[in-house]
Amino acid sequence: MSTSSQPILKLDRVSKTFGSVPYIVKAAQAVSFELHPGRTLALVGESGSGKTTCARLVMREYQPNEGELIFKGKPVQTGDAKALAGYRRSVQMIFQDPFSSLNPAHTIAYHLRRPLQLHQRNLKGKEIDAKINELLERVKLDPAIVAPKHPHELSGGQRQRVNIARTLAVGAEIIVADEPTSMLDVSVRLGVLNLLNEMKRDLRLALLYITHDIATARYVAEDIIVMYAGQIVEWGNINKVIDNPQHPYTKLLLSAVPDPEIRFDDPKAHLQAADVDEVRRISAVPDARSICIDKDHFIRQVG
Amino acid sequence: MTQPLLSIKNLTIDYIGEETDFRAVDNVSFDVAAGEIFGLAGESGCGKSTIAFAISRLHKPPALIRSGQILLEGRDVLDLDIQALRSFRWREVAMVFQSAMNSLNPVLRVEAQFYDVLRTHQGMNRKQARERTAEMLRLVDIQPDRMGDYPHQFSGGMRQRIVIAICLALNPKIVVMDEPTTALDVVVQREILQRVNELRKRLGFSVLFITHDLGLMVQVCDRIGIMLEGKLVEQNTAQAIYGAPQHDYTKKLWASFPSLHGAKTAEGFAS
Ligand SMILES: Nc1ncnc2c1ncn2[C@@H]1O[C@H](COP(=O)(O)OP(=O)(O)OP(=O)(O)O)[C@@H](O)[C@H]1O
Ligand SMILES: Nc1ncnc2c1ncn2[C@@H]1O[C@H](COP(=O)(O)OP(=O)(O)OP(=O)(O)O)[C@@H](O)[C@H]1O
Ligand SMILES: [Mg+2]
Ligand SMILES: [Mg+2]
Repeated sequence: MSTSSQPILKLDRVSKTFGSVPYIVKAAQAVSFELHPGRTLALVGESGSGKTTCARLVMREYQPNEGELIFKGKPVQTGDAKALAGYRRSVQMIFQDPFSSLNPAHTIAYHLRRPLQLHQRNLKGKEIDAKINELLERVKLDPAIVAPKHPHELSGGQRQRVNIARTLAVGAEIIVADEPTSMLDVSVRLGVLNLLNEMKRDLRLALLYITHDIATARYVAEDIIVMYAGQIVEWGNINKVIDNPQHPYTKLLLSAVPDPEIRFDDPKAHLQAADVDEVRRISAVPDARSICIDKDHFIRQVG
Repeated sequence: MTQPLLSIKNLTIDYIGEETDFRAVDNVSFDVAAGEIFGLAGESGCGKSTIAFAISRLHKPPALIRSGQILLEGRDVLDLDIQALRSFRWREVAMVFQSAMNSLNPVLRVEAQFYDVLRTHQGMNRKQARERTAEMLRLVDIQPDRMGDYPHQFSGGMRQRIVIAICLALNPKIVVMDEPTTALDVVVQREILQRVNELRKRLGFSVLFITHDLGLMVQVCDRIGIMLEGKLVEQNTAQAIYGAPQHDYTKKLWASFPSLHGAKTAEGFAS
């Protein structure tokens, strides 16, 4: 996007379809974007527009039907087991549900010790314990209290911090977070987002942040992608896109963000079904052309 | 003043544990008027869903209602026997959950799912049920000619609207909505809630609305109750909860919301 730095990961016109004729779902259509160290890219859009599909493509859980992924300047080869293992280590995911992603039978220390033993083999005995403490402190948990506990003894926000610490234990360079705070309380949500911001800055992580909550996207991300029906419809600098949306779907999406200043009974808040249908119709048409609004702000051609 | 449709009086609910009991709802009282949308807000674990389940009489052990009353048009819901409960659920109280769209039966056409409910509760035949189904689908902006489709042929937002249509098919007096749109994008969320708002005006049912999104709650609700650790700490009109919150906790909740166009930094709880 707008940065001059080398992207750590680049998706180049990646497509993914599900099903077979006549029931084909084009979940991702010629999707291109870059992730940069020390930056966050927010991915927002319609439910079912392909956001999680993009996350799974980045995780290499799905193989693209078309297009390729370029990791540190080289295409990701599926044949090379060693390179693939390296890739898998570098790219880690934080899931929406902080409750299901930890094993109830093991302590928090165990959840961190295992990846350290597997991925940081130079660490010995005491060093591993020291590293566990360091990781917990980094995610602002008190090691003395938290390390011996089991997941059920922690709150949702604390568990999500453990999940983040675990991605660091593995040695992640890219973190994919698919609605990481949607199951958390408003009061802990900001804490987790602040933590992601801090790690991005201090550890030069690249973040892909998927959410329905556009206000939090602005809080953590520098760049944004808006998806509709498998296509990216608008992308660029997050402030420019949010303050000056140009694509009809982005405008619709931003107009529907909850705003306590405007009550539903207010005619201004009223979405007209016919207008919404029209925006959906024109936004779903595939079009390869893009329009440059600014040097770091683009939309897909409509109509 | 006229009698409220729903009146919760000193409701106290415990989750029974092996050693100690956990008080999830502590002496909560509030009223919902006919045609009103009342919101319950508060942090995760403060007891919102526990109340929602109790009102629908869907609470199960280890939840135990220690004391209090849940009066619907003056009749205590907690006194209903099994027989009375059958007609109470759906016909008087209907409930929509966050994942309700996944509760549709995947191997049954939408039409058959309506028929199930309409036959069981109103003894309708197929033809009557089909007419009612078409009417209800139209209410939620879904083409009636799609009633022959299976759930997977609809988007998540459409499935959630179908569930709402099924809930409203028996003309309930109150619909309990527990995070009904949390998994959906804000456009679909607005479409659904705008529709619910219009329908309650037209049909006159009340709504108990639960969401973690305070901004949305203020947009939708007439009045709001704020809960903290099982207690109702403040209740007021939506405008007052937003413009003039009284309780420190309500102020703190507001402070922890990042806003779309405001400054990037938010204060409040930042730990
Ligand atoms: N494994 C699969 N098999 C078939 N279809 C799929 C599969 N995964 C996703 N899809 C379809 O691909 C489209 C994109 O789905 P995806 O989960 O990526 O959307 P999303 O943007 O993450 O939505 P949400 O905001 O609701 O999470 C949808 O139409 C979905 O039904
Ligand atoms: N089956 C159960 N057994 C024991 N405790 C329970 C049970 N279900 C809920 N609780 C506890 O009761 C309290 C209230 O839970 P409830 O589900 O009503 O919260 P909520 O306000 O709906 O939260 P959320 O916003 O996360 O949905 C919580 O502290 C929870 O841990
Ligand atoms: Mg998704
Ligand atoms: Mg709940």
